[in-house]
Amino acid sequence: MTATSPAAPPYQEPAARPVPGRAGFGNLLASEWTKIRSVRSTVWSLILLVVLTIGFTALFTWLSVYNWDKTDPAQRAQVAADPVGTILGAGFYLGQLTICVLGVLVISAEYTTGVIRASLMAVPRRYPMFVAKAVVFAALVFVIGECVAFLSFFIGKPILASHVPVSLGDPGAARAVVGAGLYLTVLALFAMAIGALIRHTAGAITAVIGFVLVLAPLAQLIPGKIGKYVHAYLPSEAGQLVARQHQQADQVLSAWQGFGVFCLWTVVLLALAIYLLQRRDA
Amino acid sequence: MIEVRDLTKRYGDKLAVDHLSFTVEPSRVTGFLGPNGAGKSTTMRLILGLDRPQEGTATIDGKRYDQLARPLTAVGALLEAKAMHSGRSAYNHLLFLAQSQGLPRRRVDEVLALVGLTPVAHKRTGGYSLGMSQRVGIAAAMLGNPPALLLDEPVNGLDPEGIRWVRNLMKQLAAEGRTVFVSSHLMNEMAITADHLIVIGKGKLIADCPTHEFIERSSERSVLVRSPQADALSGLITAEGGVVTAQRTDGAGPDGLRVTGLAAPRIGEIAAAGGIVLHELTPQLASLEEAFMELTADSVEYGVPATPQAPGATPAAAAEPEPSAAKGGDR
Repeated sequence: MTATSPAAPPYQEPAARPVPGRAGFGNLLASEWTKIRSVRSTVWSLILLVVLTIGFTALFTWLSVYNWDKTDPAQRAQVAADPVGTILGAGFYLGQLTICVLGVLVISAEYTTGVIRASLMAVPRRYPMFVAKAVVFAALVFVIGECVAFLSFFIGKPILASHVPVSLGDPGAARAVVGAGLYLTVLALFAMAIGALIRHTAGAITAVIGFVLVLAPLAQLIPGKIGKYVHAYLPSEAGQLVARQHQQADQVLSAWQGFGVFCLWTVVLLALAIYLLQRRDA
Repeated sequence: MIEVRDLTKRYGDKLAVDHLSFTVEPSRVTGFLGPNGAGKSTTMRLILGLDRPQEGTATIDGKRYDQLARPLTAVGALLEAKAMHSGRSAYNHLLFLAQSQGLPRRRVDEVLALVGLTPVAHKRTGGYSLGMSQRVGIAAAMLGNPPALLLDEPVNGLDPEGIRWVRNLMKQLAAEGRTVFVSSHLMNEMAITADHLIVIGKGKLIADCPTHEFIERSSERSVLVRSPQADALSGLITAEGGVVTAQRTDGAGPDGLRVTGLAAPRIGEIAAAGGIVLHELTPQLASLEEAFMELTADSVEYGVPATPQAPGATPAAAAEPEPSAAKGGDR
C-alpha cells in the first residue's frame, strides 16, 4: 500500500496563535481512552479475562461437586464455609494473569514503541497524563471485573447448589463478589505502577507475576510467626481476602484490612512511579 | 522564536550538549547541522522538555516547554518517525494527541489530508513504510497548527518526491511567518532548504550564520600547485600574501601545494618572475559537503580516529560523575 504523495503542499492557513488555557482533565481522559481502546492487546486481554475466568469457574466448581464423595470432610467444611470463594477462586486465580499483563502493557508499550515521547510532548507536566491513564484503565477494569465476578457467581451458584446452597443475601456473599471485581481493579493499577517503574514489558510482567504467584508460596516457607505475617501482608494475598466470604480462624487481617493493605502497596508504587516519571529523561 | 541559552546536558560522564546558545528566528527555515552524535537530537529533546538539562534554558516565545498551556498549539515536533504503536492506526494516533489538547476531530482529518494519508488513515501503522511514518510524524507536528516547528531529520527515508514535498512544505511554513527548525547531517540538503544555519559539533556551537554566508565562506577557492622547487615557491607565494599548505600525492610526482588567497594567474606570474618551473596549476572549488566535513572534522563523534583523543578530554564531566540517568536535572 502506498500513500498518494501530493507534489506540492495543499496547505494554506495562516500561522495560528497558541490556544490559551490548559486543556482540561476531561480532554486527557478522552485521550487516554482513545489510546486504550485503539490497540488490540486491550481487547484480547479483556476477552481472555472473561473467557478464562468464566470457563475455569464453571470447570472447577463442577469438579468440586463431581468429586464431592471423594473429598475429605475438612475440605468439605471449607467449601461450606466459603462457597463464594470456592466458586470464584480458580477462575480468578487464572484470569487475574491477563490483568497483570494488560496493566503492564498500557504503560510499558508506550516506552517500547516511543509513543511516550508524543504523550509527554502533549502533556509536558507529565503526571496529569499518568493520572488520566490510571483513572481510565481502572474504570475499564472495574466495569469488566464486576461483570465477570457476578457472571461467575451466577454460573457457579446452580452448579454448587446441590451440596452447598448459596445466595447473594448470605452474610459476606455480596461483599465477596463485589470484592473480586475490586481486587482486579487494584491489581490493574498495581501492574501499571510496576510497568511504569520498570518500563520494559518483559521485565515488568515477570515482576508482577512474581509478586502475585511466586512470592506467596515462598513466604509460607519462612518458619514461625514472621512467615505468617509476611505472607499475610503480601499485596495479592492481602488483596484476595476481600473476595472471600468468611474470615478464617487464624487469619491475620480482615477482608477490608487486607484490601486496605493491597491498596496501600498500590498507592505507594503509583506515587513512586509518578515521582520517577517527573524526574527521569523520557 | 526558540531561544537556547547556555544549555548543557550530560549523560553519565559524557557531555552531549556543551553550553550551547543560539536563537531560532521566525519566518525562515533554520537548519540545524552537525555530524552524527553532535548533539542535535539531544538539543531538540531538551527544547521539548523530554530530557532535563543540567544547566541553561530553552524557551519557546519566552516560555519553558512545560510552561506551555497547550504545547502542541505552540510547537509541533517530529522526532523519530517510527515512534508509534504498530497496532494503532494513524487516525487514532493523531486523535489521542488532538484530544489531549482539546482540538476538534476535524483537525485530524485536515492534517491527514495535508500529508496525503487519508486513504490509509485507518490502517495500522505497523504496515507503513518509513516514508509514510514520516508523514504521520509531520501530520502530528501540524496538528495544533503551531507557530513553531521542530523537525529532526524529516527527509530520512523519503523518496525524492517526498523529499521535495517536505522541502516545499518547510519553505511555505516559514513564508507564513512560522519558526522552522530542522536538523540534518546532510550539508547539501540544508544548502537547498535552509535560510540560516546553526552548525554544532560535539555539543558545541561551530557556526551560526545565513546559509549563503556559510557557503561563500566554505567554498573559498584554492589552487593546487605542483613544482619541483616547492620550497622556493612557497616562500614567494607567502611573501605575496598567499597561504600555503602542503598536500601529499602518494608519490605521483612532486608533492603539491594548496594555495589560498591568491588566484591561479597571479601564482603563475609569481612563479615566472621567480624563474620557477611549474608542473601543475589547477584552480579548485571545494564542495559544500567537503567544507562541512572539514569544519566538523575535529568534532566527529563516531569516525575513523584521525586524531586520537586523550581520555578524560572533558574534565568538567569527569570531575562531576553522575551515577545514573534516573537522576535528572532540576525541575
